[in-house]
Amino acid sequence: MDARTQEFLAYVQDGGQVEATDWLPDEYRQKLIKFIEMHANSELMGVLPEREWILKAPTLQRKLALTAKVQDEVGHAQLIYRVAEDLGKPRDEMFADLLSGKAKFHNVFHYPTHTWGDVGVIAWLVDAAAIISQKALLKCSYAPYARIMKKICWEESFHILHGRDVILAMMTGTDAQRELVQEAVTRWWGPLMQFHGNPIAREEDPMYVWRIKSQGNEEARQQFLEGYVPQIWELGLTVPDPNLRRSDDGVWEYSEPDWAELKSVVTGHGPRSQERLAFRARFLEQEKWVRDAMLAA
Amino acid sequence: MNARATLLLSIADDELILGWRDSEWTGIAPTLEEDVAFSSIAQNEIGHARALYELAAVELGSDADALAFDRPPEEYRCAPFVELRLMDWAHTIARRYLYEEADRVRLDALRRSDDTELAGLAAKIDREEVYHRMHAEMWAARLRDEPRFRAAVNELWPYALGVLEPQQRAELARRVGLSDESSQAVERGEHTPELTELWNEMTEVRRSVPGASW
Amino acid sequence: MIFEVFRQERKGQPFAHAGSIEAPDAAFADAWAREQYGRRGESEALWLVPRDSVHQITEWADEFDLKYRRVDGYSIKSRLKEARERAGNTSAVDR
Repeated sequence: MDARTQEFLAYVQDGGQVEATDWLPDEYRQKLIKFIEMHANSELMGVLPEREWILKAPTLQRKLALTAKVQDEVGHAQLIYRVAEDLGKPRDEMFADLLSGKAKFHNVFHYPTHTWGDVGVIAWLVDAAAIISQKALLKCSYAPYARIMKKICWEESFHILHGRDVILAMMTGTDAQRELVQEAVTRWWGPLMQFHGNPIAREEDPMYVWRIKSQGNEEARQQFLEGYVPQIWELGLTVPDPNLRRSDDGVWEYSEPDWAELKSVVTGHGPRSQERLAFRARFLEQEKWVRDAMLAA
Repeated sequence: MNARATLLLSIADDELILGWRDSEWTGIAPTLEEDVAFSSIAQNEIGHARALYELAAVELGSDADALAFDRPPEEYRCAPFVELRLMDWAHTIARRYLYEEADRVRLDALRRSDDTELAGLAAKIDREEVYHRMHAEMWAARLRDEPRFRAAVNELWPYALGVLEPQQRAELARRVGLSDESSQAVERGEHTPELTELWNEMTEVRRSVPGASW
Repeated sequence: MIFEVFRQERKGQPFAHAGSIEAPDAAFADAWAREQYGRRGESEALWLVPRDSVHQITEWADEFDLKYRRVDGYSIKSRLKEARERAGNTSAVDR
């Protein structure tokens, strides 16, 4: 590592932030773009499991809330892609890399949704897992990214409340509704436990080393468990892990997540990976003429 | 059902079904920026529908959700125009543009109505529609020379006429610059098969546990 | 064109940079920014400024001592003590 890069590293590790117009080491810039791109891709692909439920929402209020939630996710994608664009990667290129599989998106968005129970669980628990990761970006060394995270976290807070409201309506409803929730929690537990990534030490995680993230993977997972397992258990719901428990020193113990599944899924072999990418590709292609019309003077 | 309830339901159903159609674009609009803006329009339409259903609910001893979701397809009073599934952008924008023009004629009349409650709601809706119109006009201007768009407008014109009462159609034709021969108009009354398909999807969760609170 | 978005949260507050939007022209930028930054009624006002119109300044001549222009360039404590003593206020508490 040359002296200038070393100096930069020490600066960010000391809490320093940089702007789009500052000098950035190549390694930092590349890692940053890759991280931000995956985040943007995830917001974009995250829309697809949820949008079909907008159409099926069982009340006007839920339809409005779910449309607004998904709209927020599209808005987040715009904010995040814009940051990556200013780092030098054009949006078209990012879309091409997403569709070719070169760029990735988070595991949870590769799975199917089956019922309204999924709608509740996604907004309550999947968004909760995401917001923990997102809060860890509020102090990102790259300031433009840190700044948009503030708006994103603020908007996500309504998603979780909406999610909880949807869940509570079902948990105080009929047995059939309660069963929808339990079935969804059971099915989503595996992907949720994998969501924050395998527990490499944060000093070995380049995202932490460069202070792009301010916490390691295991720290994030522990925060999720600490915040949300009590919320799950207090409703009389169970998770499919007999080993899940909080030890006396406050650390949550759990069965080893299936890291092979995580790897397989994020490399495009999830149950809905290819179908969703194809869906997105179809509309991108179909509407190219519109974007061309917008480029015309 | 009295005339007032019928009128309220026909406008509410137009806004609900069009809002439902427009919400289909969430996540797949031509650009992310447009996706966000378009989704707000869809939400506004659902919001208008809800306000209209709430007025009708008082007349009919019901509630907004029951009116929106629990009637069978044949009891909806929407115009065929809003039922069409138009998953290409040229047709979608053509419909936005024509519907906003038709709705403006309709809202202008309602705002002058002796029914103060309805006139008040029409004025409120109209204040939000200002932005829908700006959006539609912006797109119509940009796609003005695009053959796909012109073709879509012409194709959908008879449906647009059918949104309005016959005596309002000349005004719409004048604004849009097309012929108002009402013989072309695709009238309210008979629904398209697309409405049944839409209704099945729209009510799937609600019907799965009848009477449940969601 | 890229438009920088400045947002005022409440009346009287400063306009703060909130992000940017790429749009074909000002009409699209208006339609898109108002939803991206105002759909919840969270903004009192927005300024949309083409990026090219923003002139950035980040370099400063920092050669000579400028402390005389700042509060931290002044230390009056010891002189104040001496002046008070001269005026016969030796028992005064140092403020």
